[in-house]
Amino acid sequence: MALKKVKGSIDRIFDKNLQDLVRGIRNHKDDEAKYISTCIDEIKQELKQENISVKANAVCKLTYLQMLGYDISWAAFNIVEVMSSSKFTYKRMGYLAASQSFHDGTDVIMLTTNQIRKDLNSPNQYDTGVALTGLSCFVTPDLSRDLANDIMTLMSHTKPYIRKKAVLIMYKVFLKYPESLRPAFPRLKEKLDDPDPGVQSAAVNVICELARRNPKNYLSLAPLFFKLMTSSTNNWVLIKIIKLFGALTPLEPRLGKKLIEPLTNLIHSTSAMSLLYECVNTVIAGRTVSGSSGLCVGLSVCASLCVRLCFSLSPSVKYLGLLAMSKILKTHPKSVQSHKDLILQCLDDKDESIRLRALDLLYGMVSKKNLMEIVKKLMLHVDKAEGTTYRDELLTKIIDICSQSNYQYITNFEWYISILVELTRLEGTRHGHLIASQMLDVAVRVKAIRGFAVSQMALLLDSAPLLSGNMQRKGICEVLYAAAWICGEFSEYLEDPVQTLEAMLRPKVSTLPGHIQAVYVQNAAKLFAAVLRNGQQGSQEGAAVQETIQLLTDQLPIFVQSADLEVQERASCFLQLVKYIQKLQQKDVDVGEEVTALFAGELNPVAPKAQKKVPVPEGLDLDAWINDPPSEPESEDEKSKSAFAEEEPQQPRQRHREVDEKELARRREERKQEQANNPFYIKGSTPAPKGYQDTMGVEHIPVVQIDLSVPLKVPGMATSDKYVKIEEERRKRDRAEKGKKKEKKKKREKRSRGDRRNESGPESEEDIRPAQTVDIVTEEMPENALPSDDEDRDPNDPYREAVVATSKSTTEEPADPGQGSDTEDAVSSFPLRCFPDVLLGPLGVTARDLPAMHFMPQKSSKHKKKKQKKEKEEKEKKKKKQHRVPNQEEEESVQNGTVEEEEDPLPVCDVQGNLQDSSRVVVSVIFENKSSSFLKSMEFNVLDSLNAKLQRPEGAGPHDSLSVPFQLPPGVSNEARFVFSVQSIVMPQKLKGTLTFIVKSDDGSSHEKLDFKLHFTCTSYLTTTPCYSDAYAKLLESADMKGSSARLQGVGLPFQHLLAKICFHHHFSVVEKINSCASLYSRSIQGHHICLLVKYTDQTVTIDAKCDESSLLGNLLDEIKLTFSQS
Amino acid sequence: MIKAILIFNNHGKPRLSKFYEHYTEDTEQQIIRETFHLVSKRDDNVCNFLEGGMLIGGSDNKLIYRHYATLYFVFCVDSSESELGILDLIQVFVETLDKCFENVCELDLIFHMDKVHNILSEMVMGGMVLETNMNEIITQVDAQNKMEKSEAGIAGAPARAVSAVKNMNLPEIPRNINIGDISIKVPNLPSFK
Repeated sequence: MALKKVKGSIDRIFDKNLQDLVRGIRNHKDDEAKYISTCIDEIKQELKQENISVKANAVCKLTYLQMLGYDISWAAFNIVEVMSSSKFTYKRMGYLAASQSFHDGTDVIMLTTNQIRKDLNSPNQYDTGVALTGLSCFVTPDLSRDLANDIMTLMSHTKPYIRKKAVLIMYKVFLKYPESLRPAFPRLKEKLDDPDPGVQSAAVNVICELARRNPKNYLSLAPLFFKLMTSSTNNWVLIKIIKLFGALTPLEPRLGKKLIEPLTNLIHSTSAMSLLYECVNTVIAGRTVSGSSGLCVGLSVCASLCVRLCFSLSPSVKYLGLLAMSKILKTHPKSVQSHKDLILQCLDDKDESIRLRALDLLYGMVSKKNLMEIVKKLMLHVDKAEGTTYRDELLTKIIDICSQSNYQYITNFEWYISILVELTRLEGTRHGHLIASQMLDVAVRVKAIRGFAVSQMALLLDSAPLLSGNMQRKGICEVLYAAAWICGEFSEYLEDPVQTLEAMLRPKVSTLPGHIQAVYVQNAAKLFAAVLRNGQQGSQEGAAVQETIQLLTDQLPIFVQSADLEVQERASCFLQLVKYIQKLQQKDVDVGEEVTALFAGELNPVAPKAQKKVPVPEGLDLDAWINDPPSEPESEDEKSKSAFAEEEPQQPRQRHREVDEKELARRREERKQEQANNPFYIKGSTPAPKGYQDTMGVEHIPVVQIDLSVPLKVPGMATSDKYVKIEEERRKRDRAEKGKKKEKKKKREKRSRGDRRNESGPESEEDIRPAQTVDIVTEEMPENALPSDDEDRDPNDPYREAVVATSKSTTEEPADPGQGSDTEDAVSSFPLRCFPDVLLGPLGVTARDLPAMHFMPQKSSKHKKKKQKKEKEEKEKKKKKQHRVPNQEEEESVQNGTVEEEEDPLPVCDVQGNLQDSSRVVVSVIFENKSSSFLKSMEFNVLDSLNAKLQRPEGAGPHDSLSVPFQLPPGVSNEARFVFSVQSIVMPQKLKGTLTFIVKSDDGSSHEKLDFKLHFTCTSYLTTTPCYSDAYAKLLESADMKGSSARLQGVGLPFQHLLAKICFHHHFSVVEKINSCASLYSRSIQGHHICLLVKYTDQTVTIDAKCDESSLLGNLLDEIKLTFSQS
Repeated sequence: MIKAILIFNNHGKPRLSKFYEHYTEDTEQQIIRETFHLVSKRDDNVCNFLEGGMLIGGSDNKLIYRHYATLYFVFCVDSSESELGILDLIQVFVETLDKCFENVCELDLIFHMDKVHNILSEMVMGGMVLETNMNEIITQVDAQNKMEKSEAGIAGAPARAVSAVKNMNLPEIPRNINIGDISIKVPNLPSFK
């Protein structure tokens, strides 16, 4: 026996051990791979031997080779053998090799279960420890299931060394085998109180990881952790707990308040920066959510701490300071904005991580006032930045910053254009298309800038050969695409079209990418049209025309030979056109007009929502299938890849001749996507700044003459710096003028009601006006769409769809021909009837020259699947006319003024049920000021009933009124939306309300009020839902449907109209119709099904109805009866 | 959670790699290369955090590293770990190595990868921090080494002798390589106790 042992040792002497292997590898630098493969062969031999120490040595070497990237999975079984050795030394090697190479897919793992269990229960704590450590790396679901109990027992082991490992590994077990969480959790919780700090720390660790995945479930542990936080002195544990609270506070705002004190204490007492930083982070997280005043203390402490961190000498701490600041910025931009200089300074830091963080911060800090300054700084950095990655990052940031919120902060677009032009000088950037799309966007949308943009673009085109050396890459040359298009499209602004035309037809252009050449050719045609147009004016230009034609016939053949199909096709078309025109010219035929007509018409940006606003014709169900879907889906490549996809070769012909609805819908989707990528479609939802006064014409901007002798620098480009100065002067001048014009201005401001942009910036910002008459072109909308102002609304506003719904309704065919209720107003073509009984109640309206107000409550909401469902409801409206002479009686008449009520054909409201939210309805009220006075400070209030409540902002009392967010000049109407929560929808109800407002007329102002009632009918809770006859039949059979019926006498309408009327006014859809009998279906927002069977004989209509809620049904039938009794 | 712990030298040669999630060997090598590429081009006195390793993790992950003489110690962690805490942990790790190897240098790591793994496994287990107290770590490591020695006993003696002879016979080998024998300097900065 002893002999054998010695023999084994002697064998080992001649084997390589790990050190020998490493040494050998280092000695074979040149043929490392070969050497290693011989080593692996040796290892394979060694593994075949019986001696466990030889095997262990081999496995140890394999572990090293694994690190170098060699696959050792073939030795998995040998590893298991070594793991099962009784000697700790070998066992440890085996477990190490296993932890490095085993994974869920290793099949020998299932052989290890019993071995591991044996090791876990070994009397030697290090055997157990090694097994736990190894297991933590390769635990599988099977192992977790089989060993969970053993590990749980170990959690109460006498040795803390084992306990902490067992606690920690439980997290891995939970991940692989979630069922174990429930039984193990109580014990885990116990470990939070373990006397050993290591075990405690492990338990905190595990619970923090669990809570990070699902914070909600761990809220109940908050008090326990709170106690730990105040008692523990272990920084690591404290950090973990504080991080955990950071995750919990968003769920429980009260926690934030409680934490503030201990956290501030820690901040002041700790010397560990890591702990301090986590405290700051958690305070920020807590403040973000609750925003309560209690935390303001924390806020100021944090902000100043962050600044302190940023000044730290340690770059790591500085980095974290910036990181924390960006978190503050999200919620409290003001407290960060004051540190602009500090952040700009960080841009100079040599550390890229810090610079990138600072850039992120800048994005949130710009305002109208400092935009130019900040961008100027950034441009300086662009110039000196080394490394294209960082420079590209800077470039995108500059563009992001400038274009954010629909160019909100740009006051001078000439400046912006020149910035873009300067950016084109960057070499090797990958963001050419980004600059290009910005140029296009600005030129198209800012009309006033076009002249300037065209002149700059012409210069760009002219200098293109200079740049083309570094333009071949896919990057910056994209700018030429934009330049060519802008010059062509707005050629009327071009001073010298011939020269630009020449520039565009240089032979060198043919080296540009195909899609750019195509644009060149197309826009050369536009320029040619411009030249022809000018040519009509005199004989001198006539000669120019001849020259141009000559130029074109000379140069175009280059493009006709292009390998790019698109270029080739356009060029040949154009060439033929030129030749034809040449012929006509020789015959002295004037073709200028006609050629210009080829390119007539302005290309306007189209709102992304325009398509949605086009009404769906009645009876067209876009979701219905007309044909079976094509068996073979179209290939993906149709999807547009770039912003310029439009210009790329057309896709091959449609394969399917029958284009079914689904296909159409899919294409529509694609088109939408394409629009989203296309710079000509405006994506932003904020409105264009409109109607600014011009102070400084375009002609004031000096355009430097071209100086061809200076190479490399783009000649003639206006530089952006200049604008900074100009802008400053302009603002100064404005300020001076403002004093004079104060009064005037006031008026104007009044007129621009609802322009919220002014209010958004810092107070003084309102005074900064954009330089040019910048009317950003508004987006094109379908003709019949309601000119709603929802562009102006927060895109996240859940109710914005409401307007879309309204606009849709405007074009709906009146279902009832007898209902001739149309005013010019788009909204009012909506044929709804007024119910006299819901007219606004007692009218306490002043007899003075009082505004008559149209009340048009509307309810609306979102719909499932874009399908617009309209629920209508009528509402009262009322209009009062005052017949008293102004300035006569005042107060008394207020009470019982002779108010003539007049039934006005104005429609009133549109109620939309929301399938997603069964308890909320939105009422849109249109306020129209019919008086000649100015109305302001309108406040809307409704007396809540038990069932329906006006939703007020948090913190407001139940009787507080809501202020209407706009003022009404004479003759203007605007719409406000109010949300109501509704409990039960089975009963109709009326809510009383009041509107108070201040009337401002020439001779002072007075307070007035107007009472009204809001009528919520049952019908308004129904949504038109299609139903198929088989589903309908099933519904009718179901037991819980209760029946009821109604009979209407003397209905003179044709059956068709009658049905239409029911469908329209009461939101039903026809399921089936046979002769004079039809079944109808509708659904309430709370999911009640309503089925109607309508029979029509001799002017008598019988309605048999079924519904799972009988009182709803009863009320509904009453409403239907009412509809007909009134007609 | 710690996703991976990497140690490599100034030339990108791995000295230790510990992944707490499974990757194939090829991916692991790619990750090491990418990390080296990201880390090595940074100056010494810039911050110790890096975002944007592509291969490992995602946006939630950060690389936290320290550079000692010839070696980079890189921890890849997700957002549940405190950045500065991990920096301190790296410090603890290096100090522990320093104590265990008595003036640790790169060569110790090269030839005793298994020992480094053993030390690391007393600090971090399955991606979670197990122990931050250096004395406790050293106690456990020493206890295990003692066990190992007693197991080797007499049988281990000849092997040790041979290995000593080998080292004597090939004196030029470890030292003739122009890297690595600079000992790792450990600045003082522990905030864990």
